[in-house]
Amino acid sequence: MSESQTPAPDRPAGELIEEAPVTATAAANVPSAQATGGRSFLPKSTLLRHLLVLVLCAVGAVILLEITDPFTNSQLASLTYYAIAAGGLTVLTGLNGQISLGHGALMAVGAYTTALFLQTERGEEPLPLPLILLISVVTATVVGALVGVAAARLHGPYLAGATLALAVGLPGLAVYFQGTFGGDQGLRVRAPQPPDAFTSFIDFVSGNAATGTKWLAYVGTICLLITYFLLANLMRSRIGRTWRAVRDQEVAAELAGINLGAWRVLAFVVSAAAAGLAGGVLALVVRLAAPSGFSLVLSLSLLTAIVLGGLGSLLGALLGSALLVFLPPFVTDLGGSFGLDNTKAAQIAPFVYGVVLIVAMIFAPAGFVGTVRLRWMTYRAKRAAAGRATNGG
Amino acid sequence: MSLLAAATVVSTVAACGGSNDDNGGGGSTGGANEASAPGITADSIKLGAHFPLTGVAAPGYSEIPTGAQAYFDYVNKNGGVYDRQIEYIYKDDAYNPTNTSQVVNQLVLEDEVFAIVGGLGTPTHSAVLDFLNSEGVPDLFVSSGSRLWGEEPGTNPYTFGWQTDYESEGKIIGQYIADEFPDAKVGLFLQDDDFGEDGEKGIRQFVDDQIVAAERYTPGNTNVAPQISALQAAGADFVVGFNVPSYTALSQLTALQLGYKPQQWFYSNVGSDPTLVGSLLQRFSQGAVSDASLLDGALTTDYLPTVDEPDNPWVQLFQKVWDESGQEGELTNYRIYGMAQAYTTIQALQAAGQNPTRDDLVEAIETVGGDWKGPVLAPFRYSADSHMGTNGMSISRLTGTSSEEVVPVQTTDLENADIKEYDGKPATPPSSGIPDEPAFK
Amino acid sequence: MQQFVNVTLSGLTQGMIYAAFALALVLIWRSTRIVNFAQGSMAAATAFIALALINAGQSYWVALIVALASGFILGAVVERVIVRPVEGGPELNAVIVTLGLFVAIQALIAIIFGSSFQSFPTPFGVRGFTIGDTTILLTPTSVYIIVSVLITMALLVALFRFTRVGLAMRASAFGQEVARLLGVRVGRMLTLGWALAAVVGSLSGLLIAGGGFIYPAYMDSLIVFGFVAAVLGGLDSPVGAIVGGLILGLALSYVSGYVERGSALVNVSALVILMVVLLVRPGGLFASSTARRA
Repeated sequence: MSESQTPAPDRPAGELIEEAPVTATAAANVPSAQATGGRSFLPKSTLLRHLLVLVLCAVGAVILLEITDPFTNSQLASLTYYAIAAGGLTVLTGLNGQISLGHGALMAVGAYTTALFLQTERGEEPLPLPLILLISVVTATVVGALVGVAAARLHGPYLAGATLALAVGLPGLAVYFQGTFGGDQGLRVRAPQPPDAFTSFIDFVSGNAATGTKWLAYVGTICLLITYFLLANLMRSRIGRTWRAVRDQEVAAELAGINLGAWRVLAFVVSAAAAGLAGGVLALVVRLAAPSGFSLVLSLSLLTAIVLGGLGSLLGALLGSALLVFLPPFVTDLGGSFGLDNTKAAQIAPFVYGVVLIVAMIFAPAGFVGTVRLRWMTYRAKRAAAGRATNGG
Repeated sequence: MSLLAAATVVSTVAACGGSNDDNGGGGSTGGANEASAPGITADSIKLGAHFPLTGVAAPGYSEIPTGAQAYFDYVNKNGGVYDRQIEYIYKDDAYNPTNTSQVVNQLVLEDEVFAIVGGLGTPTHSAVLDFLNSEGVPDLFVSSGSRLWGEEPGTNPYTFGWQTDYESEGKIIGQYIADEFPDAKVGLFLQDDDFGEDGEKGIRQFVDDQIVAAERYTPGNTNVAPQISALQAAGADFVVGFNVPSYTALSQLTALQLGYKPQQWFYSNVGSDPTLVGSLLQRFSQGAVSDASLLDGALTTDYLPTVDEPDNPWVQLFQKVWDESGQEGELTNYRIYGMAQAYTTIQALQAAGQNPTRDDLVEAIETVGGDWKGPVLAPFRYSADSHMGTNGMSISRLTGTSSEEVVPVQTTDLENADIKEYDGKPATPPSSGIPDEPAFK
Repeated sequence: MQQFVNVTLSGLTQGMIYAAFALALVLIWRSTRIVNFAQGSMAAATAFIALALINAGQSYWVALIVALASGFILGAVVERVIVRPVEGGPELNAVIVTLGLFVAIQALIAIIFGSSFQSFPTPFGVRGFTIGDTTILLTPTSVYIIVSVLITMALLVALFRFTRVGLAMRASAFGQEVARLLGVRVGRMLTLGWALAAVVGSLSGLLIAGGGFIYPAYMDSLIVFGFVAAVLGGLDSPVGAIVGGLILGLALSYVSGYVERGSALVNVSALVILMVVLLVRPGGLFASSTARRA
């Protein structure tokens, strides 16, 4: 897929080549804060600015979780694992230009690791949850590095094919080694009880009941915020810029002494780490790690989330994930309120989802965030031009 | 909330006091209907379920909730339970545990159902097992024969199995083979999950030394030629299949291609939907196969009456209910399954009493569930110590479009429990078609 | 011995089925540089149309022709209306559009035709041939499948190698500007490419269905194995698609037949085979020199 942004003589639609990279990565190529610095109230240091955003998001998340009902809490918990994985994938695909149809398999690695470490004999305390999630990240990173080494040599549809085979193949191992992984039935996961501090925190903030569902939503949210904070800093760093260079200017980057393969593997490793954490959260929220939970559908959903939201943008990944979580029940309920029976209403949901994908790609090819940003840039450019015109005249 | 509910139900008191056998709940005390638990109002009870309505697992299984819906509609038309209408909401999980967890969250937290009824599948339902039990939501009559649902009522006090577990089924089949075919070379065709595994365990208790091959297929992998030809190569002349219906058809087709004719096929209850498999195979029978039906003569187990017994009074009742419901399609065994499950559900709701809490429902099933009569051939094992479903099965032979009983209903339990012939009489449906259980308290 | 023969024959037939689907993917890749994930759903849609005709009393062959024709129209309409706006844009967008189509068409089939199993007839027998007194796993239907796929492959090779249209299609796919300068009507060629690919896809859908049963999602596993077969072969070569399909079919059949609980390992084996081949040849077995730049 990396070639998609490289002007190659054998590409179709030659006249569009010049525009393609702009549209494709409009969401990714944010003008840096320094460029607009004069009018910004935000701190100049990227790290400080991201820390400020992190704190604001954390406050916002607490408010959101406390004013919504328990079911929305549980939906937000689902949102967090999709968004964590999509965040990692958008770095890989959006910034580094590698496609992956196999991130569901990497999530499975994280989910099974979490499930295995939470399985303890009666009376025995499992390891602390943060440590277990960290181990899941490490395991997925190791698998991701292996896949990344193989993937770094592959391009376009070949990479798509290989990762597709990964998505279907890896969960099969869990069926085969049923003694360890529980076979088709999977491993049931008992999430650890919320600590007392959490109960008193919720009581202090809103007085709501600190249920298991709420606790899991908070665990997911904390993981999401940490992941996005780290990814945002990474994207702004020299590493992020090198990834973009590897994506956009393969030959130039190579001439500049950049080892393309190594940087591609690094991108895969980073996104695998995010997928591993996402898998761990999924295991906690779903309370099960089973092969049927990591079907090809999961991998494909992640890809659609990042493209619909806006490739290369963390906000886009978050919005795309929200669509995955909220659209199907919305359509089903809507179908029900129009008098469809439960079966028909359920069949309508995937139809609408498919149509939304098609329509979105036709009318907003840069995804949600990318399209908004393009509009905004066009608007600013026009105003600037108009300003120059009046000044000049 | 409860005050408001009590105030608004005064008008229904009269109707309730006069409750008769038609509307069920013979134990009505004549008091007012109250919103006694989440999902229960003065005039409605909300029930939820999860089934695969789309995707690979949808064929067949998606018909079960339509059957349950038809029966609940029938009950509603005849007065409901304690004058409450049943509102049945079933949602699609596409047989993916991640989705199951989301839709069951919605059913419990948003729709606030009183109970989950008949959720389908072992991996899917295990995803919500802890959630339902920690939230104290009754989780009735799971549509799967796994032991998970009933074995440990201490751990999962709110969950109940319903159908015969696969291990007991395997034992009944195993004993039959040991008694009637002591010289047969037995080949097993197994789904590679708890279904095949439990069934194999039961069979091996009786005919371990007769088994010449055990071949496993993974659902989704539709090429079973390597497995069937391995059974053929091993010389198996008595093949027992613990598989789903589509794989019954596939195994028959493959055997046909291979010219493999074991003396006897035996399909477990799950895989032996003769109407479905027959219609699938029928096309290839024309010209290509001389027999009337490939499945002719195959053995199977039953714990419910089936559509090929049009004279059975339960089938006649369900046919009537289905015709009245006006839904698309014909009565199938899947729909009978859904209706029979709904029948047991009504029994449970009636037994729980006029204004039940969720715990009342569970206690009612534990206390009196073992005595219920209904379409299910053998009694349920419900007690405070076991939440396992029905404990018995009969064995029958498929003949053309009907079937004949070979072995009457046998009852047993997990592990080393003995197999006994069931001495009870088959139940007949009440004239109203709706059970009439007294409140357990 | 008999077991070996049967496992091999079953792998061959299965491999030809993967190959049939892979051929459709190769055709569309060659003519538009897009991997069409909706191929399976589109094929399933035409199979359901064929079945509706057969159930209405038409013969298999009439139904086959109508299905292929409706595949042609469906492919052309999809290209013109849905794919055209995203052609030339970012490659991922085309992928997402075909994924959307895949989901939407499958849902639509379930809504229109229901989601139950339905058996699909075959014009030839389903009993294996007998040699002496042993029956081998080669049926008239599997011969029909193998012959049809080989003929399709030959036609495709001929189309691309010997006809002006084939040349124009390839030119349109590789360099639109140049093709346009040479007087090729590029838009028409892209539409034709999609339409022909949909015909081949539809044929594979019908071949797979024959002597088995169909339901809205019946092509799902085929999408994966067909794609893997096409990539194995190099995505660009009809011969490669056949070879890739056969390798995959045979290997998976041996794994399933000779490894204890091998059926569970089938998907993993596909991954291992693909990885090994791609590590040695990143562009697939029959990669042309330009394929890597694709």
